[in-house]
Amino acid sequence: MDLLNLFIAALLVNNIVLMRFLALCSYVGMTTDIGAALGMSWAVTFVMVLAGAVTWFLNNLLLIPFGLTYLSTLTFILVIASLVQLVELYLRKSVPSLYRVMGIYLPLITTNCAILGVTFINQREGYTLIKAVVSSAGVALGYVLALFLLANLRERIKNSNVPAPLSGYPIVFIMTALLSIAFMGFSGMAK
Amino acid sequence: MLANILKGALIAGGLGLVFGAGLALFSLKFRVEEDPKLEHILALLPGANCGACGFPGCRQLSEAIVNGEAVPTKCTVGGAKIAGEISQIMGIKAQVILPRTARMKCQGDKENAVVRAKYEGIYSCKAASQISGGFKQCIYSCLGLGDCELACPFEAITMVETGLPFINEEKCTSCGLCVSSCPRNVITLIDKEKRTVITCASVQRGPDVRKACKVGCIKCGVCVKNCPKGAIHLDPILGNLAIIDYNLCDNCGTCVEKCPTHTIVQYMEVTESTCVS
Repeated sequence: MDLLNLFIAALLVNNIVLMRFLALCSYVGMTTDIGAALGMSWAVTFVMVLAGAVTWFLNNLLLIPFGLTYLSTLTFILVIASLVQLVELYLRKSVPSLYRVMGIYLPLITTNCAILGVTFINQREGYTLIKAVVSSAGVALGYVLALFLLANLRERIKNSNVPAPLSGYPIVFIMTALLSIAFMGFSGMAK
Repeated sequence: MLANILKGALIAGGLGLVFGAGLALFSLKFRVEEDPKLEHILALLPGANCGACGFPGCRQLSEAIVNGEAVPTKCTVGGAKIAGEISQIMGIKAQVILPRTARMKCQGDKENAVVRAKYEGIYSCKAASQISGGFKQCIYSCLGLGDCELACPFEAITMVETGLPFINEEKCTSCGLCVSSCPRNVITLIDKEKRTVITCASVQRGPDVRKACKVGCIKCGVCVKNCPKGAIHLDPILGNLAIIDYNLCDNCGTCVEKCPTHTIVQYMEVTESTCVS
């Protein structure tokens, strides 16, 4: 129950994009059509869960025992970037079909702030390994949800008459704000 | 103090070293053997990733060419020059392909075509044509809402004031995306050197065409009788619409003069970059 609570909190209540306002660049940039949005968000999910687990080991086995938590930004970025490279190499060789779907998005993820943000949240809350993985999965699916919602909205707004000064990014920002307000309704549902 | 600095530097440096070495080893073990031809062909292709060849992008096409699944002439955008170079890399003989361009099969602009309704909806030919055959009297006509202009990745199509698209022959790469974007099928690809075009796609009877459009093909057959090469025939499958057989046509222009409704036009040579008719 505790884990479910944590998962829902990460997915909806503290949605990484709409409530914590992280990863807005990929959120706005990759949602021009649903296919690209889903490709990007699955790749993020994959890396985020992996990064959540790996940084937990790094944090608890190396940084905390040596009293080096001030190095976490540096080392976490290092871990995430190497992990993404590793995954890319592996996919290219072993699962070419998946590489073709995710391949172009993987390099974009190396500097995605949502992933770094998740690892920091896990570190700050002092989660156990299982909790850290569940929380990362919740955040990642929250990212999928946010991207999927906006991509659908943008596909629909393509065929609408948007006032000229608002067409393009301004209307996207307005939609994002409205989505964000909608997500505020989840607050209090889980903690 | 110094111990702390050293500790930090050692851990950070050590981690970097471990990850770097790990990645290097991993990339050696997981190296993907690629045909060197692939890179060469990819460099030759235009890189527009327009998808006109039927593959998602230029990379997929070059993979298919290397694997022998696609012919080098598949890239219409690159044209004969690139096809020749790719064939050389692959060691096969290229077919000769003539440059083609998109041509309009309709002249139903604001002045010529009869409009039977006012359309206020989604600004797209696809949407408009679904509402009882569109807002023009002729259900085979160009609707002029610019789906082809949006589809063209090379900016070769612009909508002009008359309400028809103007195709810039010099920019057109004959990729065919406009052809498939048009819900009315009034764009077609024709060899650039064939300059005489019948600009009507209506298969309706002559009197019906007359009611709908000033420049529609009324199936009179004057062009058929006058063509010195016998290159034009009335196609019974298409409701007797006049069709040019481009294997026989030599751009003499007789039909252009004789056509009573001025449906047949002859495009000027591209050097002067002139407009339609």
